[in-house]
Amino acid sequence: MEINTSFDAGRLTVYLSGELDHHEARRVMLRIDELLDEYLPRDCALNLAGLRFMDSSGIAVIIRVSRRMQILGGRAWIEDPARQPQRVIDAAGIDRLVPIAMSR
Amino acid sequence: MKGQNYIKLEFPSRSSNEAFARAAAAAFASQLDPTMEELGDLRTAVSEAVTNAIVHAYPDSIGKIGVRMRILEGSAVEISVRDWGRGIEDVERAMTPLYTSGGEERSGMGFTIMSSFTDRLRVRSAPGKGTTVTMRKLISPRRP
Repeated sequence: MEINTSFDAGRLTVYLSGELDHHEARRVMLRIDELLDEYLPRDCALNLAGLRFMDSSGIAVIIRVSRRMQILGGRAWIEDPARQPQRVIDAAGIDRLVPIAMSR
Repeated sequence: MKGQNYIKLEFPSRSSNEAFARAAAAAFASQLDPTMEELGDLRTAVSEAVTNAIVHAYPDSIGKIGVRMRILEGSAVEISVRDWGRGIEDVERAMTPLYTSGGEERSGMGFTIMSSFTDRLRVRSAPGKGTTVTMRKLISPRRP
């Protein structure tokens, strides 16, 4: 599980790659919390293009980021989910809570 | 067909075994030549069932988890994930979307995902004795 970031004009993009399961979830949440505290972004995109696998632990991560961005008065969305994460997002129905943006 | 193939695994309820369990499930199921999507669904469902056992069956200790997989006639696979832990008091409530008794890294969507990614889901549980989750997934035969 790897976490990379870019920050540009108030927008933080968090690139998650590898496999996001319960074993990895806490570390990922803590890291994203640190990033949000550090950058205080206006928008936060979770880029899932490189995420080979996620289960409902990934849903918990996405919901947490969305709630934290609401508290900051900003927006959060999912960007370019790979096929398997997309299926999990669809099954959980969280596309109603967190928008999905496709750039390709 | 006689002598259908099966495997049995047993491991301690350490979260580092989640990745192992879903990889083993995918490797076993690959003999049915599943699509990438079917394999992804199976990996996800197994990950959810094993995570539930780790988080809920043994919240304060390390216990034993058993995974049994077998090939069923008509190109299907059956997976059961068993624990000997705390058990579930109210299975129906546990299966309600967004309900969780876990920490903030749980979303309450585990059973929802297991049931949408498999063709049959059964949960048997006895408080204080443990839980068995049994899932079946049909693998569509591929045309040559």
